[in-house]
Amino acid sequence: MHQTNVLEYLEPTAARLPDKVAYADETVELTFGQVHRASRAIGTALHRAGVYRKPVAVFMKKSPQTVAAFFGVAYGGCYYVPLDEEMPRFRVELILGTLDAPMMICDEKTEALARSFDFKGEIRLYSDISAGDADDQALADIRARHCDTDPLYVVFTSGSTGMPKGVVANHRSVIDYIETLSEALGFNEQTRFANQTPFYFDACLKELYPTIKFGATTYIVPRKYFMFPVKLVEFLNKYEINTVCWVVSALTIISSLGVLDKQIPKTLHTVAFGSEVFPIKQFDLWKKALPEARFVNLYGPTECTGMCCYYKVDREFALDEVMPVGRPFRNTEILLLNEENKLAAPGEVGEICVRGASLTMGYYRAFEKTGEVFVQNPLNDLYPELIYRTGDLGRFNDRGELVFVSRKDYQVKHMGHRVELGEIEVNVNMLDGIGSACCVFDRERDRLVLYYVGTPEVPELAAALRGRLPRYLVPNAIEKLEKMPLTANGKLDRKALQARAAGNE
Amino acid sequence: MDTLLSILRSIHPEVDFELCDTLIDDSILDSLDIIAIISEINAQMDVTIPPEEIVPENFNSAEALWDLIERLEDE
Repeated sequence: MHQTNVLEYLEPTAARLPDKVAYADETVELTFGQVHRASRAIGTALHRAGVYRKPVAVFMKKSPQTVAAFFGVAYGGCYYVPLDEEMPRFRVELILGTLDAPMMICDEKTEALARSFDFKGEIRLYSDISAGDADDQALADIRARHCDTDPLYVVFTSGSTGMPKGVVANHRSVIDYIETLSEALGFNEQTRFANQTPFYFDACLKELYPTIKFGATTYIVPRKYFMFPVKLVEFLNKYEINTVCWVVSALTIISSLGVLDKQIPKTLHTVAFGSEVFPIKQFDLWKKALPEARFVNLYGPTECTGMCCYYKVDREFALDEVMPVGRPFRNTEILLLNEENKLAAPGEVGEICVRGASLTMGYYRAFEKTGEVFVQNPLNDLYPELIYRTGDLGRFNDRGELVFVSRKDYQVKHMGHRVELGEIEVNVNMLDGIGSACCVFDRERDRLVLYYVGTPEVPELAAALRGRLPRYLVPNAIEKLEKMPLTANGKLDRKALQARAAGNE
Repeated sequence: MDTLLSILRSIHPEVDFELCDTLIDDSILDSLDIIAIISEINAQMDVTIPPEEIVPENFNSAEALWDLIERLEDE
């Protein structure tokens, strides 16, 4: 019988390895048995509250219990929506407004904040609902009605209109992703992950699901260690971490500050990275420090569940070369479409489009937006078949490997996060006294630079933005201008500001 | 100290660096800020902060950071 629910990863593992640690941070360890019990209790609590096939917001401090809450929501036949205390209030309320969820799960640390939101549903404490009993019959009935096309989670990404977009992923796409990713990266029961990425992005799937599939262990790295690289390497060594799947900037903070000269992560054998271009100079420092380790470059949009292409580094790169993103995972195909919607010729640049079971269902309560990027495969006029248009431009090199070239629009990758420059500008323009605003990206230094015309002074504007936008969307530099530069036909001159940000106006 | 304060203010114009001594404890600085501060100190003040000194205690206030810089300059 083939798998149709991600909980079929957890159940045999909890039976086989009930006392092995599944998820841990520096203060809490949860075994597979405990995760299984807690999540079944939560599923039962949802059932008793009459919450079924609905979104359930999980607003907890990042911890092993948060993962059990996710699985609990799945047990209840619902889909989880991870929110985070680091998200500014304005954004959380936008998301809650879009969701219209009947329930939010919080913990003692987030409860007061949760109750201060304009939220109409019920607010429940993790410690209460995870401690109850499990109703075997009710959980079995929920499972019997389940299809693998039912949603598992909704995660929100940056949207150019200022409204975050909720990507809805179902069990089938997550299972497809976890199976093919695990196969390519060779995860197993001995894998010890160190999780870096927040739980409110799809990136954490790489650790959370292989952990229950294989009976591996995930250690959650405290966020502040990513500021203090010596502590970070000590953490990796203390917990004998052998596998990391991190954004590039988390790896380069270790290499660029000279830590690898003094201390290396001794047990690390698999280093997967993605979401950003790895500067070859920094990559070479890692390669030199860990000559035996396997390095894998990953690429993929949230709309295709997680990653869809991978490249196992098998050769040297010159300092000015870009590492390819390689080949698609099994059961996924990449179509490079040119402006005529035809397959790009070898070497020709085209839009990266994705085909296969890893496609998510689209955006939550946004049918029109979904229809703009989840479209009929233009190469197929015989029957309905969706592809996802990533908006990324790429080309195949002469080895047949996919190489990322650039974005089609104003979306950029900043510190591993997807950033719509338009979302920042919309939020600036909503503030009082702003005449106009333009945000540009200084790729060289990985900085978001905001220019504006208006009455507020820079400190005031910076403080206002911190209250509205998540950290990664807050510009790294803000400059007030007398007037915006304009092009000959009167449009805002983005190129001039881009040059100014790069320091060569 | 003035150079240091101007570096810090260029990164976080809204923070009062002469008063704040919880830059790390209150998550005011993030990892990108730390990298920027270290590279600006190196560029503008010609002081290299070695990895073993990149610890929370040295970055919690402008004063702590200034003490570190003076200590490194003496060595």
